[in-house]
Amino acid sequence: MSESAIDPKTQFHADADVTTADTDRRAFVRKALGGYKTTRAKTESAFTDWEQAREAASAIKYEGVNHLDTILTQFETNFTARGGKVFWASNSQEARDYILGLCAEKGVKSIVKSKAMTSEEIHLNAALEEKGYGVIESDLGEFIQQLKKEAPYHFVFPCMHLKREEISALFEKEIGSAKTDSPEELTMIARRFMRRHYLEADMGISGANFIIADTGMISITENEGNARLTCAHPRIHVALVGIEKVLPRLADLALFLPMLATGGTGQNMTCYNSMYAGPRQEGESDGPEEFHVVLLDNHRTRLLADPEQRDALHCIRCGACLNVCPIFKNIGGHAYGTTYQGPIGSVITPHFKGLQDWKHLSGASSLCGACTEACPVKIDIHHHLLHNRRNAMKQKPVWWEKLLWQGFAWMMNRPRLYSLAIRIAPWMQKLHPIVFGSVLDPARGWTQTRDLPEMEPQSFSAWMKARKEGRK
Amino acid sequence: MRVSLFIPCFIDTLYPRVGMAMVKVLEKLGHEVDYPEGQTCCGQPPFNSGYWDEARTVASRQMSLFRDSEIVVSASGSCGAMFKKFYPELFQGKPEEKEAARLSAKSWEFSEFLVSKLGVTDLGARFDGKVTFHDGCHGLRELGTKQAPRDLLRAVKGLELIEMKEAETCCGFGGTFAVKFPQISTAMAEVKCNSILETEVEYVVSNDSSCLMQIQGYLDRNSPRSIKSLHIAEVLASE
Repeated sequence: MSESAIDPKTQFHADADVTTADTDRRAFVRKALGGYKTTRAKTESAFTDWEQAREAASAIKYEGVNHLDTILTQFETNFTARGGKVFWASNSQEARDYILGLCAEKGVKSIVKSKAMTSEEIHLNAALEEKGYGVIESDLGEFIQQLKKEAPYHFVFPCMHLKREEISALFEKEIGSAKTDSPEELTMIARRFMRRHYLEADMGISGANFIIADTGMISITENEGNARLTCAHPRIHVALVGIEKVLPRLADLALFLPMLATGGTGQNMTCYNSMYAGPRQEGESDGPEEFHVVLLDNHRTRLLADPEQRDALHCIRCGACLNVCPIFKNIGGHAYGTTYQGPIGSVITPHFKGLQDWKHLSGASSLCGACTEACPVKIDIHHHLLHNRRNAMKQKPVWWEKLLWQGFAWMMNRPRLYSLAIRIAPWMQKLHPIVFGSVLDPARGWTQTRDLPEMEPQSFSAWMKARKEGRK
Repeated sequence: MRVSLFIPCFIDTLYPRVGMAMVKVLEKLGHEVDYPEGQTCCGQPPFNSGYWDEARTVASRQMSLFRDSEIVVSASGSCGAMFKKFYPELFQGKPEEKEAARLSAKSWEFSEFLVSKLGVTDLGARFDGKVTFHDGCHGLRELGTKQAPRDLLRAVKGLELIEMKEAETCCGFGGTFAVKFPQISTAMAEVKCNSILETEVEYVVSNDSSCLMQIQGYLDRNSPRSIKSLHIAEVLASE
């Protein structure tokens, strides 16, 4: 459901038709996210003041995002001082070329990866596999999706839509394991399979949750321990990180680590939290010989150039907005056709991949605001969907829509005509059954699935007028 | 107090009884009800569709009708949010900017107005039945109205308020979204209506008739039993 020949909007509608009709899967996903709100509410209450924490986090990200020029170079200086290498990639091609170049130059044969949405964003696996490098995803969810040859369903929980039996069947087919119903056993199957690859791999590739400027580190937070192994074992490590992931100070993690865990999974803290400050230093017993950080722009600077929506770069990719989004819960992650699903994806994708092609995602929202309410760093998500709609129409209005709204405005500004129209309308409605629900029905979008209320013969305005006149 | 009513177009035509109930409640409390003539639409449909020029054309006229009003009370949380929250943004940097700010400052959603501005919760109403309350998203998240309607309903004699699961989850209406993405909108309505049906209530009440149009529209087509939707004003006006 991701890359296709037909335009993204048509694809979106077609996919949403299929996924919304799948009541079983919808119920499964809803149930999986059902506990999130309660767990999260409990974790939130462990903060002295959650709302203040959000304010503080938002202010810190504001500081970072609005000083990228100095903060990123500060990171680079500190990180390279310990022998780390930093590569600035302005787009996905440059990032891929750099990593492929490294593989060729260093004689890399096999690669183990921990979860990195940036890697999905630049289609890194496909590029590596095309050149013949073996790539294994080590995050369990990502591993399952890799075997399934399917993009992640949710950028934090990649295979949350799959049932146990489906995963077991997949393992059985792809790696020849025995059928099982036990989640522990499924995890063990994946673990046994992966262990070998950690030992064989020459290169580890990860993302990063935070770039820390003042100490020149990257921070990775995870629940499976696989990112640790990915970073520790292979001789070369590459971290592919979006430039917006900056935090000015190491001390900021004290707020951001619990906040990310709360927003993401409702945990107090994720199980493993690591900071990496570069390659193995003299006298150290482990760690990679080379440590590269690829700083990825890939149109993030376009968002930076938009003061109204710049705060979308505050995103720490916790996935909270997806977890609470009624649209996401009903259409599922794949229908979006984007790397970043859900409300935040609908905000940023038009900036990354073109407003006209991706504006429909901003339209596909009831603007309920659950996302904005859930966002730990206070991104004004649902209003940005509204802003995307405005920007898209300003840039390139749809002629018939423009005409329609001009006509609408013309009529609404003529109250006498409006009164006449609403006097006639109840009579017109009596003719509605002739076309009701058919292709000729002007209200088809509504009437195919829902009934319409009957218009009252006397409007409120008419009633009020009669009342006033009666009083005279 | 002289209270100006803002009755949005769809309530005017589809649910006039909501406006009548508001008049009844406010007059019962001893207030003078003013209804500036010539009201049509607040401009939200073109606004939400991205056509802000056309939205401004409509909004600017609508705004001028309330120039002399002391207090403006809206029958819908959603249209009320237009006045309170979105007009100031729509007219930012425009000649009407100050007027939009003035209108915003004196605008209220009906239930919040009763509870927070007038300090009234018990209106002496009587309504026999089991009721669940649906939070309209605009009222809830744009205007922050959560407790007021519940306080009002709890004070109604004979009424049993039963909270549904996920009362705060969107019903899927969303204005033009409902017809532009009917499959998503309907799936959301299904989830909402299942929550309502689980409570075994006879009535679903909200402070937004647009949500109720969606909910009732879905229930009438699909529900195994009859559930009636009512605007909170209708309940408060019952005796």
